[in-house]
Amino acid sequence: MFAAFFHRAVLQAISLLFGCTGEIVTEKSGNLNLGIPGIMYVGGISGVIGAFLYENSLPDKSEASWFLAIFIPLLCCLAGSLIMGLIYCFLTTTLRANQNVTGLALTTFGVGLGKYFGGVLIKLVNADVPSVTVSMTSNYYKATFPFADDLGWFGEMFLSYGFLTYVAIIIAFVAGIYLKRTRSGLNLRAVGENPATADAAGISVTKYKYLATCIGSMIAGLGGLFYVMNNASGVWSNNGLDNIGWLAIALVIFTAWKPNFAIVGALLFGGLSIAPYYLSLYDIVDINLRTKPFFDMLPYIVTVIVLIINSMRKKRENQPPEALGLSYFREDR
Amino acid sequence: MENTPAIRFENITKAFGTKVVANKNVTMDIASGEIVALLGENGSGKTTLMNMLSGIYRQDEGEIYINGEEVQITSPKDAYDLGIGMIHQHFKLVDVFTSIENIALGLDKKTTGANKEIADKVQEICDKYGFDVDPKKKVYNMTVSEKQTLEIVKTLYRGANILILDEPTAVLTPQETEKLFAVIRNMKADGKTIIIITHKLNEVLEISDHVAILRKGEYIGTVPTSEATVQSLTDMMVGEKVELDIERPEIQDKKLRLSVNHLGCKDKYGVTILDDMSFDAYGGEILGIAGISGSGQKQLLESIAGLQPTEQGSSILYIDPETNTPTEIIGKSVLQIKKMGIALAFVPEDRLGMGLVGSMDMTDNMMLRSYRKGHNIFTDRKTPRDLAFKVKDELEVATPGISTPVRKLSGGNVQKVLVGREIATEPTVMMAAYAVRGLDINTSYTIYRLLNEQKKKGVAVIYVGEDLDVLLALCDRIAVLCGGKLNGIVDGRTATKEEVGMMMTHLHENGQKEQEVQD
Amino acid sequence: MEKTKAKSAREPLFHIVKRTDIPKWKAWVIRILAVLAALVVCGIIIVALTGKNPFEMYKFMFEGSFKTERKFWKMLQDLAMLLCVALAVTPAFKMRFWNIGAEGQILMGGLGAAICMKLLGDDGAQLSNGLLLPITIITAILFGAIWGVIPAFFKANWNTNETLFTLMMNYIAIQVIAYFTFIWSSGSNTVGKINAESHAGWLQLPREVDKYGYLLNVIIVALLTILMYLYLKYSKQGYEISVVGESVNTARYVGINVKKVVVRTMLISGALCGVAGLLLVSGTDQSITAETAGGRGYTAIMVSWLAQFNPFYMILTAFIVVFLQRGADELQTQTNRIINADFADILIAIIIFFIIGCEFFINYSIKFRSRKKKEVEA
Repeated sequence: MFAAFFHRAVLQAISLLFGCTGEIVTEKSGNLNLGIPGIMYVGGISGVIGAFLYENSLPDKSEASWFLAIFIPLLCCLAGSLIMGLIYCFLTTTLRANQNVTGLALTTFGVGLGKYFGGVLIKLVNADVPSVTVSMTSNYYKATFPFADDLGWFGEMFLSYGFLTYVAIIIAFVAGIYLKRTRSGLNLRAVGENPATADAAGISVTKYKYLATCIGSMIAGLGGLFYVMNNASGVWSNNGLDNIGWLAIALVIFTAWKPNFAIVGALLFGGLSIAPYYLSLYDIVDINLRTKPFFDMLPYIVTVIVLIINSMRKKRENQPPEALGLSYFREDR
Repeated sequence: MENTPAIRFENITKAFGTKVVANKNVTMDIASGEIVALLGENGSGKTTLMNMLSGIYRQDEGEIYINGEEVQITSPKDAYDLGIGMIHQHFKLVDVFTSIENIALGLDKKTTGANKEIADKVQEICDKYGFDVDPKKKVYNMTVSEKQTLEIVKTLYRGANILILDEPTAVLTPQETEKLFAVIRNMKADGKTIIIITHKLNEVLEISDHVAILRKGEYIGTVPTSEATVQSLTDMMVGEKVELDIERPEIQDKKLRLSVNHLGCKDKYGVTILDDMSFDAYGGEILGIAGISGSGQKQLLESIAGLQPTEQGSSILYIDPETNTPTEIIGKSVLQIKKMGIALAFVPEDRLGMGLVGSMDMTDNMMLRSYRKGHNIFTDRKTPRDLAFKVKDELEVATPGISTPVRKLSGGNVQKVLVGREIATEPTVMMAAYAVRGLDINTSYTIYRLLNEQKKKGVAVIYVGEDLDVLLALCDRIAVLCGGKLNGIVDGRTATKEEVGMMMTHLHENGQKEQEVQD
Repeated sequence: MEKTKAKSAREPLFHIVKRTDIPKWKAWVIRILAVLAALVVCGIIIVALTGKNPFEMYKFMFEGSFKTERKFWKMLQDLAMLLCVALAVTPAFKMRFWNIGAEGQILMGGLGAAICMKLLGDDGAQLSNGLLLPITIITAILFGAIWGVIPAFFKANWNTNETLFTLMMNYIAIQVIAYFTFIWSSGSNTVGKINAESHAGWLQLPREVDKYGYLLNVIIVALLTILMYLYLKYSKQGYEISVVGESVNTARYVGINVKKVVVRTMLISGALCGVAGLLLVSGTDQSITAETAGGRGYTAIMVSWLAQFNPFYMILTAFIVVFLQRGADELQTQTNRIINADFADILIAIIIFFIIGCEFFINYSIKFRSRKKKEVEA
């Protein structure tokens, strides 16, 4: 029972984890990117478009190469999110625009793009339902270790996921080590804490901000791809990603800007969001149309509570990067 | 001089916006291997010029030559590569990093695995010049002097041959200054070129070989220090004969106005900032507050102003000049204090961040003190407008108009607006923190004059200062703070600079920083 | 000394400096140029997607707002509602309080209205309109205000991140609406017109005066615009908001109770969102869904910000947004759905990108090297 619950919690957690890790890397450079929901939309739809084009270019789906089926959507997703990151960076770092407004506009832009192209695809397939499906690609993404089923609860808990799941965890670990242990990570943190100091030390503030934000965007974009391919089984239905994006940003505060904590934090949130449904399977709680809204609002209420608790305890180690949200201009006096 | 100069500026011009020309056609040589003082009033473009050398600013016109070769310095990295290191007045350190991490910033080595190596080399530098750096200490736990040392070590670590120090003694005690000068002399002996930006003439005469003088952005000339005097340098710096003596009128009618008893407070992380402080302030005198920066000056003034939560047992009594009845201020908000009829003027350290609103114009800033008047839900703009005109005329505020945002005014004019507004409240207690920091000589004297006028009117003036020479010339009594404690009150007319300097660093003059029972 | 990059490098072609004194007209020329540039980019995108003449497309878009009397009124209604929300968020933003929660505050305001109409209308107490309307109005305003004050309370006391707090309140509000939709819809998942028979609690002028039922909304919002302008510019509270927004330290220094101002301002902000909810539910739709706010809570932020928090400029910025939305709707029918309604969001975002990007050219200038470089080098 726990293994199955754990399995589903992990599935719920991975999109959040991608988004959260991406945002941590971005925020460490001093860029508060509120465009994450938009970036996730773009990451998702780019992947779907890639998959859609590839699937429809095949005369027979059995001829599909697993390599192309995975890499075409992956590259599309990364390229789409990269462009979003570049837009954000160009506006906030090069043109020094207000980060909050740019981020919100980027979310509008990304959600608009996602829904627009989603609409176009839906129209192309003339579907009865307002969604478009790339199930073949999704199956490749969901492919698990072949021996996972033979290993009982161990297999179910740790091995029965698509490859992106492991990618997410590895990225979070690597990001944690990078920030904490490497010289380049030290430089990045300095850029976020005090760009004038970093600049005076010979660190290229612009380069670090661009790199961190673009890489962060690509990581977050993967969250969108994971959501479509693994959580939604390749069905794009124009919704469901914006709230994940916002929760991911909230999670950054909860994890005190530490990617390693993000793994645990995302898992907790993932578990929390499915716990009621899981409990209802065992008749512990009753979920019906009347009570469903209250269970659905649970993650948001918990987020609010977490935000409040976090703000009440003041610890120097849990504070955001000092220069978060501020643009830097060397000649500012 | 036969040698090629270490640095040559040629026709350097730098403007901010269209109105402020910070440097104009500066052509100047800095001799190699010397200690050169770059002297000029605040706003004369010393820092701007050096910032161009260190890659923070880019000149609009002109060239820079290092050891005879023309160079393009487009970033701080370029400056480092050329062996130029600058210790800025606002230290360029990351607060949450340790010493070593700050030194490691921007270095080329791949991982911090090389920390050991850095630590060894840092130790080597420390031994060579006589520094003391704790590699594991976080910057936010450091004193100003420790931060400065770290900055110098960081610069030397990068192999700087030309060191620029921007107002290095502004925040140091006389004793720390002596130590710094010894280090600077060591560095000179090692063949390094050192430029000290300053406006403290005594120090110029003590440490430098040559003095280069800037005035209003233009280069005036370089003189050997041996041929210079305080008066000759001042005249070159200001461009006219200046009366250097600060007036100190005799106390007329001394009346107890504020009685501070057992004042204590903590910061948000629970660290004690003010510890059991007791003193009196009298109407008709100027009480100076001395101490190295961060000794609790800010919190002391803010406690009196009603802005700082204090510890249990603290008491500040205000004695009304008319009725002679004492009133407790502690626990009252700014508004409550005001409503009790206590006229408290406060010129805070952070002028644009606290005393004024930078983006608002003079009228709106005058309104800060008066907007509540009347029961109308709308604000009265007429009175503050009149006051703005009055302040502008009486204090000769240089501004395009009273509707120009005060942020666009120069530092001196910003301070005039602030002081003018505070004096207009007809205070009985007036507090001023670092009131002349960053001001040119003439404006500084205007401020001293205004404070003395208040004193003659019977106002209790509390003046927090950093320049001991000024404190000793202006104040009747000087309360010396040390690490959040009151270390004693000295007579401004008889005390010496060394005496005050010692009290700033050594509690009760016996070198013990531990808690003692006061008798 | 070793050879370094700085010695061999050529002089940089240009460098960037801050400027403080650009004349106002010049700033506006830059902004208008930015909007034009954005429209050109949008045109290119439209052509790339549809292959049709962009001018024709812009003509269709224009028709979306002006072709018929009905479309014109619909545009006015949308403009009024967006403007109303923009006015609502403005005091908060002027105070640098990032209220992203207007969406939820509108929904709660609308819910307040809907609850009154349901419980006290035809299906409930059957109060007369003279009694029902005031109760509805007050309830709606109260609901919006409460939803806005909750995050403000925590921000004021513990500096809790208001951006994410208000956002989460949106999602909570959506679920609350989902609950009421369920209990009122008896399974169909739509509420339908409330009090369709008696029009109890409908906030509208008689049809003889107001053909499409939008006039009252437009009048109310026009009034609010003027009031908000006066409030921000001339009232003591408006002055306090400016001071807190510019510098919390200065506000504390002159004795402004910052906590009180934060809570009070969000009370106003939330209450006005409540009004928007009221106008949407009681005035326009007489029904409620999770889509009632329609994303206005988010676009309003940009409308307000682009107008630099000036209520009168907001009429213009809100119009640009509504024009694009109506236009994209029109294109949807004209282009056989190659352009769909979501396309408006893309256009709006592009225009915002250009406008916020152009601020750079207002605040900074690029200086090219004017001095002739000596050509001779040994």
